[in-house]
Amino acid sequence: MNKVFANAEKAIFDIKDSQTIMLGGFGLCGIPENSIAALVKKNVKNLTCISNNAGIDDFGIGLMLKNRQVKKMIASYVGENQEFERQLLAGELQVELLPQGTLAERCRATGAGIPAFYTPAGYGTEVAEGKETRAFNGKMYLLEHAFESDFALIKAWKGDTYGNVMYKDTAKNFNPMMAMAGKITIVEVEELVETGELNPNEIHTPGIFVDRIFQGRDYQKRIEQRTTKK
Amino acid sequence: MLSKNQIAQRIAQELQDGYYVNLGIGIPTLVANFIPSGMKIHLQSENGLLDMGPFPTEDQVDADLINAGKQTVTVLPGGSFFDSSISFAMIRSGRVNLTVLGAMQVNDKGDIANWKIPGKMVKGMGGAMDLVASAKNIIVAMTHCSKNGQPKLVSELSLPVTGLSCVRKIVSDLAVLEINSEGFLITEVAPGIEPSEVLKQTQGRVKISSSVREISL
Repeated sequence: MNKVFANAEKAIFDIKDSQTIMLGGFGLCGIPENSIAALVKKNVKNLTCISNNAGIDDFGIGLMLKNRQVKKMIASYVGENQEFERQLLAGELQVELLPQGTLAERCRATGAGIPAFYTPAGYGTEVAEGKETRAFNGKMYLLEHAFESDFALIKAWKGDTYGNVMYKDTAKNFNPMMAMAGKITIVEVEELVETGELNPNEIHTPGIFVDRIFQGRDYQKRIEQRTTKK
Repeated sequence: MLSKNQIAQRIAQELQDGYYVNLGIGIPTLVANFIPSGMKIHLQSENGLLDMGPFPTEDQVDADLINAGKQTVTVLPGGSFFDSSISFAMIRSGRVNLTVLGAMQVNDKGDIANWKIPGKMVKGMGGAMDLVASAKNIIVAMTHCSKNGQPKLVSELSLPVTGLSCVRKIVSDLAVLEINSEGFLITEVAPGIEPSEVLKQTQGRVKISSSVREISL
């Protein structure tokens, strides 16, 4: 089966209103820039987005927020975004905040066939409200569940036509777990190569998890906090 | 009173050779500037980096290489990159030897509040709840009182809790305090500060250690 698509618009052709989408990235690092741009153009609405952050006002998921496409955001940190704040305070946007490690592990569980797991993070806090708790060896834990995600939109560094991919540096972040977790996983890569060109020892996400792959273009790779040594 | 840099300098005295350390945003980040020479410390950044190096030069800047504060950084020889689930596996399984965090409030049981102020925009907890729920060795770096003079070391938290019974040591601008089953114990005071003054600025169960001494930097 051919997994290679010509571009983002073609790869996301069947994303529909009211679906749940995972988006890789930490801040603006390792976000699926091309797929986000295509989603904005396609103008699908009422999306539930699962991503560590919600972008900034004029980039990343912030572009989808500005276009009023997001109904609910599931994230661990949503600062640095005024439009997000405005929609939240106006009651136009729902938000579910989760501890970052819980968010990561819930994505991992989704892709690993694990329906739920116990974690200590959030015990005794408002994150625990309504969640089952249990003691193991005298310490308290919360039951956290896997997600249901229609699509996962992933950004990788290099990939091949089988969908095997590698990530670069800290642009890895949430991408490998989310790549395993989408009912349909769509990966954009900076460099798409022929099958056999990547070293099997260096594959981070094996192609079995990847349904669609395309060569991305015009990456901006914006930096939120450019900090340099004097 | 200690400056922010001096708080960081005092916390750096807690480092031991070979430690894996996670430093939070703010004063904790400054601890990296005071690692004793000859000591190997592995800095962990929870977005997926071990052996984080200093900020890059202008031509080393790489958008794919950032820390948990979203600042551009470098990686040292021997470093590694990993995904977020592996990063928090390191944290939850207790392999990170020391975690340094900021706090808005800490109570005399070691509960910490540092993620949310009711009535203000909620930005989220990021990795703070995972860190405080699992780290065995947490040091809080904070100012002793708020800007309007309210004690931040309290008997009961008035702010939403981040984690229960997790803080064991606090380094503030006034003092070093430990937390044990009897509450806060003032063990060191900043130069020029009387232990009785720290006592006054601390709520909840609090005692002065019989061996209290001046912080030496």
